[in-house]
Amino acid sequence: MMKFSSAAKAALCATTLSIAAPAFAQDAPSGEPIKVGILHSLSGTMAISETTLKDVMLMLIERQNAAGGVLGRPLEAVVVDPASDWPLFAERARELLEVEEVSAVFGNWTSVSRKSVLPVFEELNGILFYPVQYEGEESQRNVFYTGAAPNQQAIPAVDYLIAEEGIERWVLAGTDYVYPRTTNRILEAYLLSLGVAQEDIMVNYTPFGHSDWQTIVSDIAAFGSEGMKTAVVSTINGDANVPFYRELGNQGISAEDIPVVAFSVGEEELAGLDTAPLVGHLAAWNYFMSVDTDANYDFIDDWIEFIGDEDRVTNDPMEAHYIGFNMWVQAVEAAGTTDVDTVIDSLIGQTVPNLSGGYSAMMPNHHITKPVLVGEIQDDGQFSIVWETSGLVAGDAWSDYLPDSANLISDWRAPMSCGNFNVETGTCGGAAE
Amino acid sequence: MLRLLRRTLTILFLLPASVMAQGLEDLVTSLPDGDFDDRAQVVNAIALSGDPRALNVLELLSDGQLSYLREDGRIVTVRDEGDDDVAYDVLSEERIGVVGRRDARDVRVNNGLRRDIAAAIGRMGLQNVDPAVRLDAAERAFRARDPEQIDALRAALAAETDPEVTTVFEQALAAAVLRSDAGEADKRIAIAALAARGDRDALSALSPALTDPVLAGEAQAATDKIERSIASWGLAQNLWYGISLGSVLMLAAIGLAITFGVMGVINMAHGELVMIGAYTTYLVQETIRNSFPEMFGWSLAIAVPLAFVTAGAVGVAIERGVVRYLYGRPLETLLATWGISLILQQAVRSIFGPNNREVGNPEWMSGAVDIGQMAMTWNRIWILVFALAVFAALMLVLKRTPIGLQMRAVTQNRAMAASVGIRTGWVDAMTFGLGAGVAGLAGVALSQIDNVSPNLGQSYIVDSFMVVVFGGAGNLWGAFAGAFSLGIANKFMEPWVGAVLAKILILVAIILFIQKRPRGLFALKGRAVDS
Repeated sequence: MMKFSSAAKAALCATTLSIAAPAFAQDAPSGEPIKVGILHSLSGTMAISETTLKDVMLMLIERQNAAGGVLGRPLEAVVVDPASDWPLFAERARELLEVEEVSAVFGNWTSVSRKSVLPVFEELNGILFYPVQYEGEESQRNVFYTGAAPNQQAIPAVDYLIAEEGIERWVLAGTDYVYPRTTNRILEAYLLSLGVAQEDIMVNYTPFGHSDWQTIVSDIAAFGSEGMKTAVVSTINGDANVPFYRELGNQGISAEDIPVVAFSVGEEELAGLDTAPLVGHLAAWNYFMSVDTDANYDFIDDWIEFIGDEDRVTNDPMEAHYIGFNMWVQAVEAAGTTDVDTVIDSLIGQTVPNLSGGYSAMMPNHHITKPVLVGEIQDDGQFSIVWETSGLVAGDAWSDYLPDSANLISDWRAPMSCGNFNVETGTCGGAAE
Repeated sequence: MLRLLRRTLTILFLLPASVMAQGLEDLVTSLPDGDFDDRAQVVNAIALSGDPRALNVLELLSDGQLSYLREDGRIVTVRDEGDDDVAYDVLSEERIGVVGRRDARDVRVNNGLRRDIAAAIGRMGLQNVDPAVRLDAAERAFRARDPEQIDALRAALAAETDPEVTTVFEQALAAAVLRSDAGEADKRIAIAALAARGDRDALSALSPALTDPVLAGEAQAATDKIERSIASWGLAQNLWYGISLGSVLMLAAIGLAITFGVMGVINMAHGELVMIGAYTTYLVQETIRNSFPEMFGWSLAIAVPLAFVTAGAVGVAIERGVVRYLYGRPLETLLATWGISLILQQAVRSIFGPNNREVGNPEWMSGAVDIGQMAMTWNRIWILVFALAVFAALMLVLKRTPIGLQMRAVTQNRAMAASVGIRTGWVDAMTFGLGAGVAGLAGVALSQIDNVSPNLGQSYIVDSFMVVVFGGAGNLWGAFAGAFSLGIANKFMEPWVGAVLAKILILVAIILFIQKRPRGLFALKGRAVDS
């Protein structure tokens, strides 16, 4: 357990802050502003999740300007609205890079929107910070992945269920799109490698926004009543979760009978929900609002003050932006310039405090190190943290459990400078991407 | 296994010597220490303490209501009093004062510990005077299947007089016996008791006996018998799921059956009218929560007329403002109403925020009723009842009221209707408003099973059109038959091919069906036919 005393932690934070920002004096930033792009949907389906991330970015930029800006220059946020429309993401990204000439972009939520902007960032050589947990199997020179890769979320969660709940049978339930399918493929391979029999794994996919869960929940109940302790690993997309949990509650399946561990349900998703029937179901993230550190309490206080609403919550992707933004600021300060190529090189190895009491570092594969936390849902919509990894877990871009990516590694430092290096053949570009 | 053994040893040796001697105060104070296993030992000690406050402490712990103060480690419960969180001492009920986010930490509980607490509470209740408490304790013991409880269960069984509780005690005992190393004869009785229970839980309790070389045959026979009965009930269960999905589809589609079916207007904003109904429910519940919390059970009854009026008014506004200029131009109507749907969505998003809003189930809509091996959830039952009531009311309006007569007249022959003095423009507005109002009613029902978010309507618009096109435009019976046959077909396919493929197959089937019968199940002469 990495439990510092809180006094020591506060002291540590204080020292890093003063090292990281020598220009912490009251000098107001001056000169030509440095532009930062924010590419989050403010309308359409994904607005539910992404609007918050836009707000947190505005808060971070405001605070940075109050602390003297970057390189003595003020930061200027450029907000665009890709309206939950995947092709529009590419257009807006192009606008940010070509017209606005921003130094870095913080944005995207869904994997499909990230895939749609990748060619734009490659072509125009920009920097994108992607804050959401995702399926992995990707590493791009222009993208920095501050959310969790599967080995930073899904696999530790399964380990927890085996160790603490004694789970022997598994339902892998997900919405039918790329993130759940890839994650479930990795999980299935992982479970099989642990000796779980094929017939003890049930895989189920549902369409987006599925609301009639009666059949599936009763199937799960049947699957779970064959004498072995069963759990559901849920990669069900945000909106379909509410009816799913409601049906579980109504059919009388409690977390003590069949726990559900979810990877897409956080504080923000629970905010519109009567959580009483959900108590005890689990989620795995790298951050929870209930993390008990002073850094986190300060962040929450700042957020509530900025947004002006006592009831607003914080969540994992917000922390990812917090980490990513601070890494970028530190990298720009270290490089002394906002030049994209220089900053990309300077970002690798940057270490900043995260909100759970440790430090996150940018790895050469453009993923970061994070702790993994498992929390149980409480009746106030918060999570009680029941387990955490003893140290930090480094994000693995290419899963070791899938045959077509097991040989791949990613290292963007010279001389390798490759996102998918095949260690077996010794060549870059080992797999289809 | 190791954990179980350790716990057994603890209970047997450790407790009498050290922990038992402690008072409840000391035990409670030691709750936050150590890990979940340590906490489980303290829980057992609290249960054995015999203190009358023990039950309350355990229940609070299980609900995650216990915290300890960062300052002095005192165990408290934190209650929400208006804007403040106030801490109370858990044992003395003494008011300690307002605490902030940083001052109190939760005593952590996880599912494993909660199971232990449930078992402990169960043991405490085995000899309670209230049969309801004993029944609950027996059910808990049945789930725990803990061989250590065998003696306690036998004692409780011997003292039991209530026949219902006796049965459950026998089943709990049976489940525990099968897990223990009891003799063959005892296990035979246990298998018989479980076979008589005959549900999924019994199957699961039987499973340890399947590997026993002597009893495997008997256990297998019992298992097969239970499985056969579950399978035949499964058919009824699927039928019920289909009917319940059908009722949801019908509610969503019936408003459209009027606007699209009767009037021939392709109203893409139909889903948003449903959403408006759901948001009305949210507002009603919010007002009740803030001002009249004791009326919460009535919230839906109050929301029903309000949702009808609100959505109906929006519908009339849409018809008078936009649609009436576009009669006879279906493509433009389609585009214009689609635009309206986007405007309504974004308006709701701006007013209420993009997040889901919390709409609660009243008490009478929570939980399920068991009929044999089949579980019917109350919210689905009530939605079916509501859907049928809406359908009946709508039929009544169309067939038995003057406005219904005028609507049908205008639908069948506009020129003739106008020439006998019917104000066709007014009737158009009323018809559209009626369809919209019914969509609002659907919103009240859907708020009980789906997310109340700006996207609520989008997920139902395609399904609604499917129902109306399949059932036959212009006929409410068409929507009725269409919704239920699609619902049942979908639910019977789902277990075989999965939810995604089931949806696709239904869509393909409808396309093929429309090729054969372009006017759907129940074709009717109406304005859509004339044009």
